[in-house]
Amino acid sequence: MATPKICGIETEYGILAIGSDMGPIAASSLVVGSYSGGTSSWDYSLERPGEDARGFTLDDQFLPEIEVQLVNSVLTNGSRYYVDHAHPEISGPECTNALDILRYDQAADEILRRSLDLANQQLPQGVSIVAHKNNSDGKGNSYGSHENYLVSRLVPFDQLAAFITPHFVTRQIIVGAGKVGSEFPANRPTFEGFQISQRADFFEEEIGLETTIKRPIVNTRDEPHCDPTHLRRFHVIVGDANMSQAATFVRVGSTQLVLALIEEGLYPPHLVIDDPVAEIRQVSRDLESTHKITLHDGRLMSAMEIQRDLYDRCVTAVACGMDIGSSPEVVSLVLSTWGRMLNAVETMNDEAPRLIDWVAKKRLVDGFRDRHGLKDGDPRLKAIDLQYHDLRPNKCLAFKCGLETLVPASEVALAVDAPPEDTRAYMRGMLMRGYSEEIVSANWDSIVVDIGGDVLKRIDMPDPLRGTRTLTERLFEGDPSLLTLLKRLEGR
Amino acid sequence: MAERIRKSAANSSHTEEIAPETAVESPQSDLVAELDDLLDEIDEVLETNAEEFVKNYVQKGGQ
Repeated sequence: MATPKICGIETEYGILAIGSDMGPIAASSLVVGSYSGGTSSWDYSLERPGEDARGFTLDDQFLPEIEVQLVNSVLTNGSRYYVDHAHPEISGPECTNALDILRYDQAADEILRRSLDLANQQLPQGVSIVAHKNNSDGKGNSYGSHENYLVSRLVPFDQLAAFITPHFVTRQIIVGAGKVGSEFPANRPTFEGFQISQRADFFEEEIGLETTIKRPIVNTRDEPHCDPTHLRRFHVIVGDANMSQAATFVRVGSTQLVLALIEEGLYPPHLVIDDPVAEIRQVSRDLESTHKITLHDGRLMSAMEIQRDLYDRCVTAVACGMDIGSSPEVVSLVLSTWGRMLNAVETMNDEAPRLIDWVAKKRLVDGFRDRHGLKDGDPRLKAIDLQYHDLRPNKCLAFKCGLETLVPASEVALAVDAPPEDTRAYMRGMLMRGYSEEIVSANWDSIVVDIGGDVLKRIDMPDPLRGTRTLTERLFEGDPSLLTLLKRLEGR
Repeated sequence: MAERIRKSAANSSHTEEIAPETAVESPQSDLVAELDDLLDEIDEVLETNAEEFVKNYVQKGGQ
């Protein structure tokens, strides 16, 4: 069986103070602090952002970047909510399946909206902070929506990188968020033209450890937050943040399946791209689907042909019993939605602007340009691009353009407060809900509590599939004191 | 619709001309009509000084 594809999304939001010269760090801190109070601090002692999957470490280089003084908190839904690189960021809880990923992604947007309301109540008339779920400002600056997947260490990392790259280069045709203009090269940005992906312009390497400069298509950060002898957390920085629910769902669901194909030895070894860095930008600009990607063996395939190949193999593998640890119903919904999106973009049928962000956005941009007789490069067309991602419900163009809904608002509202039930995020969320006063610090795999006396107590949660509701619900029965809870925990 | 009924009542010999007109109302023209409404709405909600908004929209690079 493939490793259960536990996964999570972390999103950095664009932020802007209108009517004020407030900087992005101050604005982000106000937004995050307004919601969370910034009470619980993050425990960095076990973090190893400099650990490289290829076998070396760069800890000295990375440590000074840690922003311990900034607002940083853990929420009752198991997320981490903090300020990172001058952006508000929410790292969602560990999930077993793409539908939960979508629920917590939507919950993160809702948390941002509530935070903005709270923050703006504190600001004088005429000043307000707005946030955008996008990945670039159109001027050469980018910020990410990262994905994380648990994978087996049995697959050599170089092979994992080579085999997953074709999916990363081509999945944008269905999950790209669309962009007015170009930011390659980064020092010569323009608002002219339209491309499929927000992020594609910012990738300069095939593989590497960086995330803020010289970004690699495959990131090598090796920090599993669980058993490091058998598992790695595959950190994906190449994707766009999506407004389309179907796109968020399939971006993660399809990647889980392709990673499982690789682990199961079912990935076709000939399907390796010759120059992925050049191709990811080419595909992003290939609006008419005419470009052919050159493979290592010299064959040419379009992005659609590569997606179809991967899709067909995943359908077959699932039919033959490939298990990624998600429920069969969700896997089946991933496959059917992935298939619908491929058909939609191939034929540009009526479903395309309901499912695919870049198609929906392009329709608005083209329509507005034609209606008002604007020239390519007009800043009003860029304003439509930005406003597609605006989190204010009355301004957000993505809200208005008829995108399909996969999870109802009622489920999103629940996910704002409650953790997923089938990973250790449940335990983390329940501890935050009942004992936030006594929690000194938290990390993905542990929580440190103060039970009085001289010594702090660390609760370890090394296995992402334990700490679930089924396993820990009884510990929390009757809302026990923390001391009683710890006794119950040790008595198990 | 009311107007169309009046037209056909006024000249019943032209009903066959009205039939193809209604048949054209496929999902495609639903999308076109929807886009028109959307563009009306964008005219209303687009930042009043869009050019200025775009100019000021500068982010610090992140991850």
